[in-house]
Amino acid sequence: MKPAPLTPQEIVEHFRSTFGEGIEEAVIRERTEGVKKLPNYNIWITVRQDLLKPAIQTLIDISFPHLAVISGVDIAEQIELLYTFTIYFGVKHGEYTLTIKILVPKSDPRVPTISDLMPGAVFTEREKQEMLGIEVVGIPDPRRLFLPDDFPEGIYPWRKDEKGIPESMIKNLWEVKRPKDRPAPPLPEKPSTKECSMECADPLEPKTPAKEVKKE
Amino acid sequence: MSDTKKDSTYTVPIGPIHPALKEPVMFTFQINGEVVESVDFSPGQTHRGIEWMGMRRNPAQIVHLTDRICGICGVTHSICFARAVEQIMDIQVPERGDYIRTIVAELERIQSHLLWAGVAAHELGFDSLFHLAWRVREESMDVIELITGNRVNYGIVQVGGVRRDIVEEQFPRIQQCLTYYRDLADKLLHLFLHDRTIMMRCRDTGVLSYEDALHLCVVGPTARASGVRKDVRVDYPYCAYGDLSIDPVLPDQLLDEIRGDVYDRIVVRVLEVVQSVDIIQQCLDNMPPGEITWEQKIAKLLLAFKKAKGEAVGRHEAPRGEALHYVKMTGRESPYAWKVKASSYSNLISWPVMLKGEQIADIPIIVASIDPCLSCTDRVAIVRDGERSILSKEELHRLSVEKTRRLQHG
Repeated sequence: MKPAPLTPQEIVEHFRSTFGEGIEEAVIRERTEGVKKLPNYNIWITVRQDLLKPAIQTLIDISFPHLAVISGVDIAEQIELLYTFTIYFGVKHGEYTLTIKILVPKSDPRVPTISDLMPGAVFTEREKQEMLGIEVVGIPDPRRLFLPDDFPEGIYPWRKDEKGIPESMIKNLWEVKRPKDRPAPPLPEKPSTKECSMECADPLEPKTPAKEVKKE
Repeated sequence: MSDTKKDSTYTVPIGPIHPALKEPVMFTFQINGEVVESVDFSPGQTHRGIEWMGMRRNPAQIVHLTDRICGICGVTHSICFARAVEQIMDIQVPERGDYIRTIVAELERIQSHLLWAGVAAHELGFDSLFHLAWRVREESMDVIELITGNRVNYGIVQVGGVRRDIVEEQFPRIQQCLTYYRDLADKLLHLFLHDRTIMMRCRDTGVLSYEDALHLCVVGPTARASGVRKDVRVDYPYCAYGDLSIDPVLPDQLLDEIRGDVYDRIVVRVLEVVQSVDIIQQCLDNMPPGEITWEQKIAKLLLAFKKAKGEAVGRHEAPRGEALHYVKMTGRESPYAWKVKASSYSNLISWPVMLKGEQIADIPIIVASIDPCLSCTDRVAIVRDGERSILSKEELHRLSVEKTRRLQHG
């Protein structure tokens, strides 16, 4: 066991002194909840893309972290990958979340696997491959995770560009009618009077009472 | 598969669909005789695209969508999501709101662990215990219904707080529920932990070592049963948990050593029921007065969502372990990105390690031991020498019960 745990500031300092210019941004967010208002800390560190593995190794050297999940966001020309760890669990009120963020260009969407450092990462790396079209170089198990085998190649559900889910794949529940090739229902169907109102109600455009708000 | 000896390994696929699972799983077992040689599985057989739906809705709508991510942890995902959005908007939940969230979350843990305990007993063929566990579970369901109005899909959490207060008249009923479980605790501990059959079937079955638990990043009771001191409620002060006196439950609280087997997972869960009762008691005793939500008017909330910019992670210790939501908002009403990490997402990866070297009859209890909602062994197809036969879940269950009987009489 290591001596005293580092404070969030010390962790950020440690990263800055190790990687210097490689740390593009580092933020510590403090939040308090409950009556006693004990603070909890979330650390966000953006590192240069090639420093991902050294950064995680540095974190492991501080204290073996828990990898919660890798999140990914499509931001126009780049894909943001967020490796969310928690560190110092087991210390009462001493745990921080630490998110290491890298930006991956869509023109070359490749990242190294971190499963050699954190064996539990394979799962979430597989998900990033299928959902964002990222290639995880060296992943021990490159198969799909959540998407079915018959899901078309080259479509990545989390993408917001032309590789995302096309309009033709979206099935809106309110448009689905009773199948034609089934036996007649036990009770005759009423002519649907609701049809119009159902079509008018677009769940994507919630009717915000804008006027009421503007009075504020 | 190579064409080696006839009696060598054969493949047993199990799954993929069981309606009781939130994540149906397709298992492929490599079996040699009765022994599991290796396991592979592919989850996501009914990926519903909830995140995709969420990105087309506003956070006030999403909290009700998150209620429906899981049928058992109805409040877990709502707390995670609401906490993430609250951090982005930089708003404070009123103290009373934090306490109500905590009380509902702990009642949920009681009902979830008792549900699991019943399932575990059923998998072992101990059906009288299964009925007992599910009967006593009703008490917590009744109180959840009293507080939220619903048995499942509580709809209690809103961004900025909760939607219903716990009023003075409800306190005696909640207190009665706590007394009920306190009186029951010894009986439950005795029935689950000192039973010869459970001991025989679960001791040293499905072992997950401390190192594996740490490196595979498992969470919740699965991690704690292997000795990893990881409990978001204790480690990371959020909601009312920072105010309370709690410690993570590890099996060595009751036993001499930690073995990381199925039995240890039962120990942790049963003790956590007792712990949850204590947490609710602490919350009731110290409940602060005041508002329950940051803003009651939905219109004002929606306006605030439109101004929200930034990203955050919201975490909560679900009955099965840490759940985490990542949310990014960019000044539109709906989130730009949303990632849900449920606790089973982290725990499933431990199955291959636990199952390796175990017997077919032990598959149901080991699969159930991480609490993936229910055993997903709906249909089993055995491929032996190119021939295919179908085993039902009942058949697997029968094998498990038979093993119990053999051990009892042998």
